[in-house]
Amino acid sequence: MTKYLPLILKNALRNRRRSALTIISIAFSLCLLGLLMALYHAFYFSEPTSDQALRVVTRNRVSLTNPMPLSYQQKIRQTPGVRDVMIMQWYGGAYKDARDPGNMFARFAVEPDKMATVYPDWKLPEDQRQAFARDRTGCVVGRKLANRHNFRIGDRIPLEGDIFPGKIELTVRGIYDSNTDNENMFLQWDYLKEMMSNRRMDMTSMFVLRVERVEDVTGVSKSVDEMFRNAPFQTKTESEQAFAISFLAFLGNVKLFLFSICGAVTFTILLVSGNTMAMSARERVREVGILKTLGYTPGSIQAIILAEAVCIAMAGGVLGLAMAQGLTSFVRSAPSMLADLSRFTIPAPVAVLCLLLAALIGVVSCWIPSWTAARRPIVEALRFND
Amino acid sequence: MAIPISYNWRNLVARKTTTVMTALGIALTVAVLLSALALVEGLRGMLDSSGHPLQVLVMRKGSNAEMTSIVTREGFQDLKLKPGIARSKSGEPLASLEMVTVIVLESPENPAGININLRGITPVGFELRDTVRITAGRMFQPGKREVVTGQGLARRYPLARLGAKLRFGRGEWEVVGIADAGGGAGNSEIFADLNQLSSDQNRSEALSSVLLRAADAAGVQALINDLENDRRLNVTAMTEKSYYSAQASSASTIQFVGMFVAVVMAVGSSFAAMNTMYAAVARRSAEIGTLRVLGFSRPAILFSFFLESLLLSLAGGLIGVLMVLPLNGVTTGYGNMVTFSESTFNFRVTPELMITGIVFAMVMGAVGGLFPAGSAARKQILSALRGA
Repeated sequence: MTKYLPLILKNALRNRRRSALTIISIAFSLCLLGLLMALYHAFYFSEPTSDQALRVVTRNRVSLTNPMPLSYQQKIRQTPGVRDVMIMQWYGGAYKDARDPGNMFARFAVEPDKMATVYPDWKLPEDQRQAFARDRTGCVVGRKLANRHNFRIGDRIPLEGDIFPGKIELTVRGIYDSNTDNENMFLQWDYLKEMMSNRRMDMTSMFVLRVERVEDVTGVSKSVDEMFRNAPFQTKTESEQAFAISFLAFLGNVKLFLFSICGAVTFTILLVSGNTMAMSARERVREVGILKTLGYTPGSIQAIILAEAVCIAMAGGVLGLAMAQGLTSFVRSAPSMLADLSRFTIPAPVAVLCLLLAALIGVVSCWIPSWTAARRPIVEALRFND
Repeated sequence: MAIPISYNWRNLVARKTTTVMTALGIALTVAVLLSALALVEGLRGMLDSSGHPLQVLVMRKGSNAEMTSIVTREGFQDLKLKPGIARSKSGEPLASLEMVTVIVLESPENPAGININLRGITPVGFELRDTVRITAGRMFQPGKREVVTGQGLARRYPLARLGAKLRFGRGEWEVVGIADAGGGAGNSEIFADLNQLSSDQNRSEALSSVLLRAADAAGVQALINDLENDRRLNVTAMTEKSYYSAQASSASTIQFVGMFVAVVMAVGSSFAAMNTMYAAVARRSAEIGTLRVLGFSRPAILFSFFLESLLLSLAGGLIGVLMVLPLNGVTTGYGNMVTFSESTFNFRVTPELMITGIVFAMVMGAVGGLFPAGSAARKQILSALRGA
């Protein structure tokens, strides 16, 4: 096969404009395909970091907006396998003009002294952590959020409450870097408690648990839910990752959406490249006749044409993947409340899959034109006039 | 003189395979764009048909969603005495105290469940929602754990169908009726008796919002101002219409993603169209020479090839529109970022949308056809006749 390589390359470069147009066309489609598959991978297949894998979230079974009694904290804490339990309450509220999506970010009230146990993977300098713990009206914010709004340590952030009415002003005491989210704000649970009406006094919307070992996640989740099965407030406990994915479902049928677009894109590439290959093959029928007179077998002729198609499709694939990788930086910097995309990139399996798909598209799109061309009788081929 | 359009048409028909493949590529691109837009259009349509122009929604100051708002019974007593509120036949003010919360509903498609709006309501609330009709079963009885579900929900969730039992609050609630809210937001809500629901959820005093009907159109703004300026009440008021239309922002993500995907695909498709047209020009070199000899001018040839590309993309656009037509009316759900729950609505493929799709296709055809048409027009008569 390698001895045909110069011929294959020469053929591919013969009609340069057509090859270039085809390559660019395939590149755009594959760029899209690469991005979408990478998104799918990030949403549903990303491996939790070793610390994230140890985190479990408990909430009211009815929904996140229904609270649970604080007394559950102690009971959950005593479940075997649980290292610590932190209260986490959605604060809500509005920063500046809430109608601007850029001003939307999640705000949670937490227990500062438990953060180090529950979120050991966070990079938050010890002095900042202590400053947060000391200041009732302090808060910590994620690096990405801080960059977006230009928050610096010592800045005061005004918020207007909705679930917990009233205007508050929080002082930034720390900026954290984490592998799983960098877009949230955390304030003190004790401070939030002051704002609570009697009705909510002894309630919270979430508990974040840290378990001892990864193997404990399933067992702990089951036994916590079992413990409150007959209580007035039933719970739903799941890994932090599963919890995050459940938010994605909120956006509608994301899986079906991604699948159908990927399908449409793949089919479009197939059409585009099939069209080009059919055109090239037609133009070369006479050449095929000559090759045959020189003693080339139909098999090797078909292989040469197929290899050309694969070369062009792969070139498009490589270019497309490079474009997709370039675009990931936009995705990384986009605000995203529902899924963590701060480390978004084209993962190796997706890249390999895209290239394989490109090669496959080359073969499939060219199979029929190359087969007909290679099997045309010599005399007919030589006489062929398009 | 212009070259007859039948020339282009016949050429497209003569090269069936290429034409079909290129047109299909364009069609798929159009279909992707239109399906995203049909979803956005459906959500907008649902929100547009929600709310009554005379009605005012009252929430606590600082809240922009009913779910995060709290209005007490005491506040409600003061509220409904405001002047300018329409009266019912029995002479009571048309003011409805409501409670909105969210429950998770599981479905086979989504075993983890989706947030659904649950609304506690009294008879006056249905008087205000006069488009809501019970299409199956009956209305819930006050003081019982019974609910009526919107028909959009009933269609998508087995748990929201007649006779199903839902578990929340302090017991099981039976679905006793299905409501048609006339295409509005009510189709994705579950309705229950206000008093039963609020006591079940431990919030008999702290409810969510108040819906009022102004006596006449002129009085709507006055009523809003009156409520907003009453410091004692500490509430925010807006027309029910504007509350719903503000929720259209939830669709901005899907709109952006849909358009981005469509534009990237369009670049690919117009390059493919360009390829096809270049091949057409190359193959018909002798024809072009003949046309010139017959006296057709360069601009006529340019125009003819350009037109052929437009025809090709028009065919693609039409096929694309046909591909998305079956989507019209299909019920779907989408996360509403304001209410923090799922909005149920139907895809809508409107005539405007179809025109958008066809124009989009024609733009691809124009971009793809311009350069090949130019190269056809530039050909020298002699070399064109020789087929070079």
